[in-house]
Amino acid sequence: MESIWAYRNLLFEGTVVTVQLAVGSLLLAVLLGLIGATAKLSPSRVFQNLASAYTTLIRGVPDLVLMMLLFYGGQQLVNDFGDFTGWWDYLEINQFSAGVFSIGFVFGAYMTETFRGAILAIPRGQIEAGIACGMTPMKIFSRITWPQMVRYALPSFTNNWLVLVKATALVSVIGLHDLVWNASTAGRSVREPFTFMFAVLVIYLMITAISDVGLRWLDRKYSVGVRRV
Amino acid sequence: MSACDGWIVSIVSESVGFSLMDESNSRTFWEYLTHVSEHHSPLDFVLIWDHIDRFLWGTLLTLEITLFALVLGGILAVPMAIARAYKHRWLNFPIWCFTYVFRGTPLLVQTYLLYYGLAQFDAVRESFLWDPILSSAWWCALIAFTLNTAGYTTEFLRGSIETTPAGEIEAARACGMSPWTTMRRIVLPSAFRRALPAYSNEVIFMLHSSVVLSTITLQDLLGAGRWLNGRYYLAYEGFITAMLFYMVLVFIISRGFKFWEKHWLGHLRQRQTEDEPVTLKAG
Repeated sequence: MESIWAYRNLLFEGTVVTVQLAVGSLLLAVLLGLIGATAKLSPSRVFQNLASAYTTLIRGVPDLVLMMLLFYGGQQLVNDFGDFTGWWDYLEINQFSAGVFSIGFVFGAYMTETFRGAILAIPRGQIEAGIACGMTPMKIFSRITWPQMVRYALPSFTNNWLVLVKATALVSVIGLHDLVWNASTAGRSVREPFTFMFAVLVIYLMITAISDVGLRWLDRKYSVGVRRV
Repeated sequence: MSACDGWIVSIVSESVGFSLMDESNSRTFWEYLTHVSEHHSPLDFVLIWDHIDRFLWGTLLTLEITLFALVLGGILAVPMAIARAYKHRWLNFPIWCFTYVFRGTPLLVQTYLLYYGLAQFDAVRESFLWDPILSSAWWCALIAFTLNTAGYTTEFLRGSIETTPAGEIEAARACGMSPWTTMRRIVLPSAFRRALPAYSNEVIFMLHSSVVLSTITLQDLLGAGRWLNGRYYLAYEGFITAMLFYMVLVFIISRGFKFWEKHWLGHLRQRQTEDEPVTLKAG
């Protein structure tokens, strides 16, 4: 216990990195999810096929593989491209951005399915009514689609977020100084790996519990006016 | 790279030897691969082909641990799910705690805790379990994976046991079935069926999570990719090959589950009516 207290700053910094990573990837995932869902529901066959290729690819490949491909391969690709065009000298993809991009990219695919289902759950008549009232597509989105989509998407969104938080642990494998990395380094140096990993376990549980409370609040807020049977 | 000394190489160049070009320019598969790798492609296919056996062994390890963990986890999950669904007085809360912890934390951390963490305790290191089991990465991974999948499986199995239609249970009681017979003949078979779509996700999820193996010194599929890249200082080849292997595995698994769902959930499918629906045509 004293050793945990002695290394509290390291653990705290790690937790901050983990949370930043999770939130950053979530933002990217939501963005990609909205784009993906729009593409899947668009009348264009090209967009539909692109979006389903994206979700199929992600369902088939573990996140750590993509992360490593992006971190090692992406680095090479970006610099080969820079060499070839002469646009930049040397760019470095750091672990944090590799983590955000790969986790965001992976969960964007899951979000695509979430949002697609949620949009499909909105009765078509409401959108037609919006058109009949002369709303612009932007206005239909912000006043009709979005508020209801959030409500329909929330359960699956919650699930995705919880899985995403756990996926951030993998970034320690490519060397980002996140919670897991810091804790295992500290654990090795004081020869108490169990104590430190257990602390990580508890911190992850706390993150899960806190986001549970927050998402439940969001759920209540967005289901105002819905009859519960 | 061009020195073809692997056993696979000789097999390919001698016995496979089919031509991929037209008659006038007929070449063996091996020559074709060498040519493409040297002249046209950013990826070195020859190198991948040379070490394909590593990837096959990796696939074997990945599948082995995933399968064992799923089977053992499933066996653990059934009684726990029953206890949770019927809110057993003493068991419900501890099982809830178990699933909450294992579902709320990353598998990587659970595996580290077991593999790196347990060595901290002298009592564990001196126990009879240390030498054969707890000091081996394979066993630690298997235990962590089993408990993890048991946590997830318990919860969705509980859900599907709870949604058993009340009428089915009443009918079983009316037929004079004992609670045990009802469970065995009515509740579990239909709960397993309803859980099948969720279980297919869990299986794929487990396969994805099995990349954790490569972080505790085991040579799984990703481990083979990491080894290849590390050995030849490459950026793409190992990971892309591993990626393709994973995609094929997931494809096969999801095909298998589609087939099983068709078989076991056949009674829930919408019936095809004989007549085509009448459609109104304008003008």
